Amino acid sequence: MRTAPFEYHRAQDLDDALEWLAGDGDRDVKILAGGHSLLPLMKLKLATPTVLLDVQDVPELRGILLESGWVRIGALTRYVDLTRDATVGDSLPLLSQVAATVADIQVRNRGTIGGSLCHADPAADIPAAVLALDARLVLVGPRGERRVNLDEFTVAPFLTVLEPTEILTAIEFPIPLQSQQSTYLKRPHPASGYPVVGVAITGDASPHEPLSNVRVAVTGIGPKAYRAEKTEGTLKGQVPTPELFRAAADVAITEANMSDEPDLSYREQLTRVYVERALYQFYGGVA
Amino acid sequence: MMDVLGQPVKRHEDDRLVRGKGQYTDDIRLPGMVYAHMVRSPHAHAKIKAIDTRAALALPGVLAVYVGSDLKDTVGMIPTAWIPPNAEMKMTPHPALAYDTVRYVGDGVAVVIAEDPYTASDAADLVQVTYAPLEAVVNPREATESDKPLVHQEIPDNVAFHWSVGADLDDVFAASEVVVRQEFRQQRLVPSAMEPRAAVAQYNPATEEMTVWTTTQNPHIHRLLMSGILGIPEHRLRVVAIDVGGGFGSKIACYPDEVVVAYAARALGRPVKWTETRQENFIATSHGRDHVQEVELAGTRDGRIEAIRVKAFSNLGAYLSTAAPGVPTILFGLILNGAYKIPQASVDVYGVVTHTTPVDAYRGAGRPEATYLIERMVDLYARELKMDPVEVRKMNLIPHESFPYTNPFGLEYDSGNYEGTLRRALEMVDYPQFRRDQESLRKQGKYIGIGFSTYVEMCGLGPSEVAGAVGFQGGLWESATVRVHPTGKVTVFTGASPHGQGEETTFAQIVSHELGMPVEDIEVVHGDTARIAMGWGTYGSRTTVVGGAALHMATQKIIAKATKIAAHKLEVSEVDVTFEAGQFGVAGVPGHGMSFASVALDAYLAWSLPEGMEPALEATAFYNPKNFTYPFGAHVAMVSVDPHTGDVELMRYIAVDDVGNIINPMIVEGQIHGGLVQGIGQALYEGAEFDDQGQLITGSFLDYAMPKARFFPQFETDHTVTPSPHNPLGVKGVGETGAIASTPAVVNAVMDALAPMGIRDIAMPLTPIKVWNAIHQQGGI
Repeated sequence: MRTAPFEYHRAQDLDDALEWLAGDGDRDVKILAGGHSLLPLMKLKLATPTVLLDVQDVPELRGILLESGWVRIGALTRYVDLTRDATVGDSLPLLSQVAATVADIQVRNRGTIGGSLCHADPAADIPAAVLALDARLVLVGPRGERRVNLDEFTVAPFLTVLEPTEILTAIEFPIPLQSQQSTYLKRPHPASGYPVVGVAITGDASPHEPLSNVRVAVTGIGPKAYRAEKTEGTLKGQVPTPELFRAAADVAITEANMSDEPDLSYREQLTRVYVERALYQFYGGVA
Repeated sequence: MMDVLGQPVKRHEDDRLVRGKGQYTDDIRLPGMVYAHMVRSPHAHAKIKAIDTRAALALPGVLAVYVGSDLKDTVGMIPTAWIPPNAEMKMTPHPALAYDTVRYVGDGVAVVIAEDPYTASDAADLVQVTYAPLEAVVNPREATESDKPLVHQEIPDNVAFHWSVGADLDDVFAASEVVVRQEFRQQRLVPSAMEPRAAVAQYNPATEEMTVWTTTQNPHIHRLLMSGILGIPEHRLRVVAIDVGGGFGSKIACYPDEVVVAYAARALGRPVKWTETRQENFIATSHGRDHVQEVELAGTRDGRIEAIRVKAFSNLGAYLSTAAPGVPTILFGLILNGAYKIPQASVDVYGVVTHTTPVDAYRGAGRPEATYLIERMVDLYARELKMDPVEVRKMNLIPHESFPYTNPFGLEYDSGNYEGTLRRALEMVDYPQFRRDQESLRKQGKYIGIGFSTYVEMCGLGPSEVAGAVGFQGGLWESATVRVHPTGKVTVFTGASPHGQGEETTFAQIVSHELGMPVEDIEVVHGDTARIAMGWGTYGSRTTVVGGAALHMATQKIIAKATKIAAHKLEVSEVDVTFEAGQFGVAGVPGHGMSFASVALDAYLAWSLPEGMEPALEATAFYNPKNFTYPFGAHVAMVSVDPHTGDVELMRYIAVDDVGNIINPMIVEGQIHGGLVQGIGQALYEGAEFDDQGQLITGSFLDYAMPKARFFPQFETDHTVTPSPHNPLGVKGVGETGAIASTPAVVNAVMDALAPMGIRDIAMPLTPIKVWNAIHQQGGI
C-alpha cells in the first residue's frame, strides 16, 4: 500500500461513529469526510491512522437547516453545496462566495466544511467566513454536546481542541440582519491555490452611514485565521473614506501574528493591501 | 475532394486520446506482470556504506531486490550521446543503480520487484540503506570554485567540458563606444509532462528477444543505447512507445529506470512494469535550463550592435544525460546573435556537474537560453542609449535581402523577413498609443510596460554530416515508408515519434494532398522499432521538417511508380499521363483515365506491369536535411505591474510567427499557444530551487507553480509565410517557437513597466515577492 496499513470502518450513524471514536484507546482513529486533505497526507505517510472512520453515511452530519435565528450546516456539507444551496445563498452569501474560491471543482465536489475546519490548515478559506459570520461549532462527544467559536476551536496549525472522542457535527451561523453586507478578497497561491492571504468582511453598511457590527477576518497570515478586532475598532462607527481604509489596513498588520514567517515585510505588505482592497470591495458591494 | 493541405483538419489522434482510449505505457497489462519500485537516495551526496535488503525480501509478495552491485558486471553505464567537439569533455560514469556514491536526491540505489505495485512500494521503504552524507554543491558557477566538493573524482573543478567559439574580442570591447554588461540567471525548470515516465519490459528466453514499452520521444535511439547498455543485440531488442503523454525533451534521454526494468525482466523471467510517481518525476526526470550567464554587448552610440560576448556556466546536474552536452553548446552558443546582424561574437561555456537532478533538453533546448540573453541585452542597450527598443531592433535586424545569411558562428540562416513580422506585430499593437497610455498612467501611479522579442531559432537539425561535426552521436535524417494497400488505402510509417504534436494528422494531410485521397484513408504509424526500420525520433521541432520531407519523398516515389503503371494500362507514353486529385488521366484526352486505387490494385495483382517492374506499391525514403530551418517572428507582451503587491498581469500577448508553409493552421496555433504558456511560465511562475544540501524545495505542485489557463489572456496570433528554400515542403519547425520567444518578451515588458524606478533586471521567475522587493529596494513608489 502507498499508505500505512489501516482498518476502514463506515459509520452508520452518529452513535456508531462515537462508539468507534471512543474505541479502546490503543487505536488512532481518524475521521474520513471528503478526504481531500487527509488522503494526500496518508499517501505521504505524514498521517498514519490505524482506523479510518468514514462518516459519509452519518445522517446527523448532513443537511442545511434554517432554524430560528440560525442556519445549521452539517459538517459533511461539501463546498459545492455551499455554492449552490439557496438557503446559504440567501442568508449567508459570504459563505457561498468563500466556498466558491476553494481549489478547483474536483476538490469542491468532495471537500467538506467540517473537514476544512478540523484539518486546521492555516491557509484555508473557510475559516475566514466562519469568523466573519461569527459562527459556532457544534462538537459532540461521549459527554454530550458543546459549542465553541472558531478562535477557541483552532489552537495552532493543524491542531484543534476537538477531543479524540469527539466529532464536529455542525456549524451554526447566526442569520445576519438584512442590512448586512459582506465580501471576501483572496490572493490564491499560484501553485497550490491556497490563500496566501484572504480577508472577509461583514458589517451593516451603507455608503454615507457609520459602519456598525463590522467583523474583519484574515486567513493565510500567521498560525491561524483570526478576527482583526483592532481593525474592526478602527472602522466601527466611521464613515468610509480612503483615509479610514488606509488607517484600518495599517492597524491590521499590527495584530497579525507573523513573527515567525519568512519574508515578513512582504507578508505585512500583503496584509495591509488586502485589508485595504477588501474594504474598497466591501463598499463597492454596498448598494 | 478538397485539398486539405493548409486546412485546420481536426486531429485524428484526439478522438482516442480525449476518450481515454490511448495506449500509454502504464496501460500495458501482460500476463504474469510484476511491478518495480525504485529506492532513491534522500541525500544529494553521500557514500553508500551498506544496503540491507532482508526486511524488504521478507515481505510477502516481494520477488527480488536488486542493488548496484548486482548490476555492476552485466549492465553497462548510462551513456551520454552528445560530445561537443574541442571541449575536452569528460564522461560522468553513470551506473544504472549507484553502488558506491549517490550524487543527487533521487539517484537510484535499489529496485524492489513485487507481485503488485503496493507491495513493491512498501518493500522499498524497508530497504535499509546506510549513507555517510557528504557536502553538496548545487550552483553551476559556485561548483567550479576550488574548495567545492567534487561530484565525480575524475572531473576537476566539476567542469565536465569547456566549449568556446569565437575570437578574442578584448580589443573590440575596449574600442567600443558603449558596453553593456549584465548577468542573467536562467533558472532551472521541471518539464512536468502530464504522463510520468514508465517502462514495461518483457523477455522471451526462447527467442532471446526483449521488448521494452517505454515513454520515449525516440524509440530507435533508446534501442541503440539500451542495446549497448544491456548487451542485447538490436535485432532482438524492440522498443515501443505507442502513446506518449508529453515529453518536452524530458523523454529523449535513456534513463537508468528502463534499463533496470529490462534487467529485472530478464533476471526474473517475468514482465516487469515501473511507473514513476509525480514526486519521482520532480526529482528523477531530467530538468531544463539552469545557466548563470555573464553577458557583454558592445555597440555604437547611435544604436549599432558591434559585438556580443558570453560566458555561461551551465548546470548539467549529477550525470551527463543523453543529449545534455549539446544543449548549452551547439543549441545555445551558435545562435547568440539572434536575429541581429552582429559582426563579432564569442562564447565560452562551462558544462558543470553538480549534486542535482540531471539537466537535459527542455522545449527550446538551448535556444530559449540564447534568445532570452540577446533579447534582454538589446533592451538594456536601448535603455543605455535612451533609444526606443523597437528602433534599435529595426536598426540591427538582419534585412530580408541578406538571406541566406551567415551568422558570426558560421550558421547559415536559410530565409527570413524579420522586418515583416515586426511590422505586422506593431500594427496589431498600436505602439504609439501604448506609449501615450503608459505615460499618462504613470502619472496616476500605474505601471504598464511593453516588451518585444524579435527572435530567430534553429530547428529540424541536419544534415547528418553536421550532426557528426557537432558531436551528436546519431544521424539527423529521417525515414518514411508509404505502403499503398491493394485497395488504395495507405499506411505511413515514420521514424519520427510524435507524442502529442499531431503528426498522425499533418502527415496524413501531406499524403492526402499528394496522392489525392481522403485523410481518413491514411493511417500514420510511429513509435515501434519492430514496425519502423529506423528513425531518430521527435525533438527539436524536427518531425514535420525532416520526417515530413522524407514522407514527401516517399510519396513522390509512389507517384512515379504509379504513373508508370497507369501509362502502361492506359497504353500511352508516361509523359502524357497526368495525375490530379487521385486520378490518372491522359493529357488532351478527357474521360480517359483510371483512379489511383485501381493502379494500386494492378500493382499488387501484377498481372500486367511494365516490363521489369517489381510488383506492389510501397516506397521508403530517407531524407537528410540540407540545413537547419530558421523560424522567426516578433512577439509583444503588454503587462501591468501592481507596485503594491508586485503582481504582474499579462494584459495582451501578440505572437507573429513565420514558420514557413503551414500544413495545419489549427495545430500550428496549438503548438504556439502551448509554447507560449511554457515560455511565459518561465518568465513569471516556474522555478526549481534546491537548498544548500541539494534538496529540491519546489518538489511538488503545491510549490512549483505550473501555469494554468486562467493566468493568460487570449493570445493574439498571426503569421507571415517565408518558406524554407531548402526543405521540399517549405516548412520550418513550430514546436518550440512559443517557448523560445515569449520569455524575454514578458521580462522586457516588466522591466519597461518598472523603468521609472530604475530597475534593470530581476532574476526569473518574476514572482510578486521578487518584483515587490525590487521596487521596495528602490525606495518604493
